[in-house]
Formats: sequence, C-alpha cells, structure tokens
Amino acid sequence: MDLFLNRVFDGLEQGITYGGIALALVLIFKATTLINFAQGELAMLGAFLVYVLSVEQGLGVWLAIPVAMLLSALLAAGVERTLIRPFDPADHLPLVIITLGLFLVINSAAGIIWQFNPRAFPGIFPSGNALRIGEATLTWNTVCMVGSVLAVLLLVELLLNKTKIGLAFRAVSSNLESSQLVGIRVGRTLQLGWAIAAAIGTFAATVFVARPILFLEPTAMLRVLIFASAAAALGGLDSLRGAIVGGLVVGLIQSLVVGYIEFIPNELSLTIALLVILGVLLVRPAGLFGTARVERV
Amino acid sequence: MSASTDVTEPRRLLEVHDIRAGYGPVRVLHGMDFHVDEGEVVVILGANGAGKTTTIRALCGMIETTGSVKLEGEELVGLDTADIVRKGVAHVPQGRGTFPELTIEENLSVGAFVRTDNEIRDDIEAWYEMFPVLGTRRKQQAGSLSGGEQQMLAVARALMSRPSVLFLDEPSLGLAPMLVADLFTKFGEINRERGTTMLVVEQNAQLALGIANRAYVLESGHIVNSGSADELRADDSIRKAYLGV
Repeated sequence: MDLFLNRVFDGLEQGITYGGIALALVLIFKATTLINFAQGELAMLGAFLVYVLSVEQGLGVWLAIPVAMLLSALLAAGVERTLIRPFDPADHLPLVIITLGLFLVINSAAGIIWQFNPRAFPGIFPSGNALRIGEATLTWNTVCMVGSVLAVLLLVELLLNKTKIGLAFRAVSSNLESSQLVGIRVGRTLQLGWAIAAAIGTFAATVFVARPILFLEPTAMLRVLIFASAAAALGGLDSLRGAIVGGLVVGLIQSLVVGYIEFIPNELSLTIALLVILGVLLVRPAGLFGTARVERV
Repeated sequence: MSASTDVTEPRRLLEVHDIRAGYGPVRVLHGMDFHVDEGEVVVILGANGAGKTTTIRALCGMIETTGSVKLEGEELVGLDTADIVRKGVAHVPQGRGTFPELTIEENLSVGAFVRTDNEIRDDIEAWYEMFPVLGTRRKQQAGSLSGGEQQMLAVARALMSRPSVLFLDEPSLGLAPMLVADLFTKFGEINRERGTTMLVVEQNAQLALGIANRAYVLESGHIVNSGSADELRADDSIRKAYLGV
C-alpha cells in the first residue's frame, strides 16, 4: 500500500508536467490542428531563462519565473511571425518539418550556450511532507506542482471563455475563414496562442526541473514532449482539461508500471503508456474529452 | 454632379471597376464593372462556374485581385480581408460560414468583434426577435442547427457588425425550396426595414429578382446583361436561361 501510494504521488508529479506541456500543445493544436514539436524545447529554453535570471543574476525565483514566461512568450511570438505565418496554414507537412527543425535548433543552441552537463535547479516550492500515510509521503512539492498547473489551466480557461480575445481565439479555432470575415486578424490571434503556449510550457518545465530529484539540462524535455504528446492525444487534442487528465493518466501508468512489473525497465515504461493510449483511442478515436468533428456535406 | 431635379441622386456605395481575379493560373473574372447604391438590393445572376463566388471573394480580398473596388470612395483592393470587413463589408460565404463549435450567442457576439459601442447586447436581442428559432437555442452549439437555421445565423452574425453593405453568396444553396422562399422574404424585410444594402449572387433567378432592385447577369467572368429586376424578368434570354419559362 505504501509503495502504491508513493508510486501514485510520484506519478502525479510526472503526470502534471506532461499535462502542462500537453496543455501548451493543445492550445496550438486547437487553433491550427498542428502539433508544435518544438514546444518541449521552447519550454526547456524557458526553464534555462529562469535559471539564468535567478541563479546567475540573483533575481528571486518567483520574479524570475514570470519574467522568463514573458520572454519565452515574446520569443514564440517572433517564431510564429517569422517561421510559421509565411507558410500556408492548411499545408501541414512543411509546418511539421519547421517545428522539427526548430526543435533541433533550440536544443543545439542550448547545448552550445549552457553545455550538456546537468545543473542543480533551485527548489521553488516549500519542502517537507504535506501528508504521511504509513511510510508513504505526499510532499508539498507534489501538492504545489499539481495545484499550480491546475491554476494555470484555470487561467487559460478564463482567458478563452470570458474575454473578447479568447472568443476570437476560439472563433479562429472553429472556422479560420469566417474569423477573417468578422474582422479578426487571424495571424495576430494565432501569434498570441503561440505566446501563451510558450509561457505555459516555461512554467511546466520550471516546476518539473525544480523537483528535488531532477536537474536542468538541454535534454530535460525530450522525453517529456513524447509523453505530453501522448497525453494530449489521450485527452483529445482539442480539450484543455483533457490534456491535464491525459497527462496525469500517462504519468500514473508510467510510475505504476515501473513500480510493479519488474521485468519492464524504466526505459520501456513509455511503450506501456502508449499501448494503453492505443487501446483508448481504438475505442474513442477523438480521445477522452475531444470533440469528434462532424462535417456537414 | 448636377442635381437639377428634385429627385435626390442615390448615393453610390460600392463601385467596382474592371476587377480581374482567379486562382493561380486560372483566370475566372475577366474585367467586371458594376455598382451598388445605398439601400439597394443588387443581384448578380449566373450559372455554375460563371464566377459568382469568385466575384464575392475578390471583393472581400480573399483571392488575388486587380482593378478597383471602392466602398464609399475608399479603395478596398489590396487590403486584407479583416481590414475590408472593418471598413464596413459583411459577407455570408457559401456554406454559411458559421462557427460550429461556438454557441449561437457566441456566434452573434463574435460577429460584433469589430464594434466597440455598447449596443451589442441590444442587437443580439433584436436578431433573436427577427429569427425566433435562434433565440430559443442561444446556448446551443451552432453546429447543431439545421441548414436553414445556420443560414439565418450566418446572416444575423454578418449583420452584427453593422456593415454598410452585406454580401450574400448563394444563400439558396442546399436548402429546401420552402425554406429558401422564407429566407428571401426575410432578406427583403431586412432591406426594407433596416435599409441594409445587399449584394446577392444567386442562380435562383426567380427568388433573387423578387427582392432585387437591379441585377447583372454574369457569364464566364463577364457581365453580359444588366438592368432593373423588372426589365430582366421580361427579357427573353433571361427567361429561357434562368427562369425556365
């Protein structure tokens, strides 16, 4: 029981990270039906910005995080304007290649600037245990990670559902051509989506690498991106809440499988998670919370 | 301009001169001239492939266009679609162009995206009055509406921007004849009661001429005939080609 609970708590920490990155992926997917493969690397870059601002420049970490979120949002807005907008939004393959290229560029650039050796990242949440059940401990770190990412989800939902710019964003997601016909400047709206996604990613990556057992390195988000994509698919690619739920499910499966099935090494846990997702998608092709698209002809 | 008679000259709202447009190497419009005066309903009649949709898309800056399109004297050619809309053009595209994932109410709100006044709420209620079926389903997703209801929503959504001119692209397409007749009655009502200027492209000549002041006939990207709705209804070639009598 204690092992089980510990595994669950550990799975929550990983899962909420996947959920956070998946949230960023879903935000862009909703509007463009495009998976931004560079999302994880943008997030890693954001976490390095937090590191530079706090550890190297001496800014308080809770000041460094919003500044880094803003900087990565600006960077992503620039990327959207220069690398994405000039291309036909309906033609996905070139855009996928561009995001893959961006993935490599950011990864290499981070390697050149910060080298590939892992760095200890300052803890950002209070240490200690929030709850102890037998030998199992739920740390404040877990609680705060889950809570803060859920708060981000809530903010994004408020922005999309309660503001005029959010309505414009949902309109663009629903019908790009008609959005222009009501006077929405589609390019700028999508740019805002990229910026918000990057800020969310930076936050998720920061709380992830700030886990006591983890380090910051340019490869920190490689695996996370794959798990997050799986989480987004499981949740239903166009559902914000689905992204978080999908992330938690993937994190929990991964954590429990490694804990209980001994012949499966850690490296194979992804495969197990993907098998589960495959099963779910066979039954529900649109994912757990996704909307099945109906085309009227 | 000499205003010698006591009949005031109607104000020229839309002045189109020599527009040419197409898709890539395929030229569809080969130099069209027409105009729409304030308060008028003008119809462009044409068969499939004549260039009706292309004309509307060219006016809205949705395809590459040369020539001149002046709305109240301001040149529209070369502007982005969103900016053309901001100048006072509303367009109901073929296939309705509603936002299926948004609710009916959200569709109407987003129709007023370019507005900053505080009468948006009142306008939404006014459209619910005009199309009561929309009012009873305001929180439902637009995608759940039938084709005819979608067309009503599309028109209301377009007029939420309080445009100076409304473009309708084949509103009859894919709808049952009775629904179409109802819709055109509504269009006539909207034009008379609100003075909304309309440019309609249609192949259903019977209905379109019924609400129109004037009409143009479009064939293979050229305007081949024009006149008042009554004149065209009486024209033999039109009767044969479009009215089936």
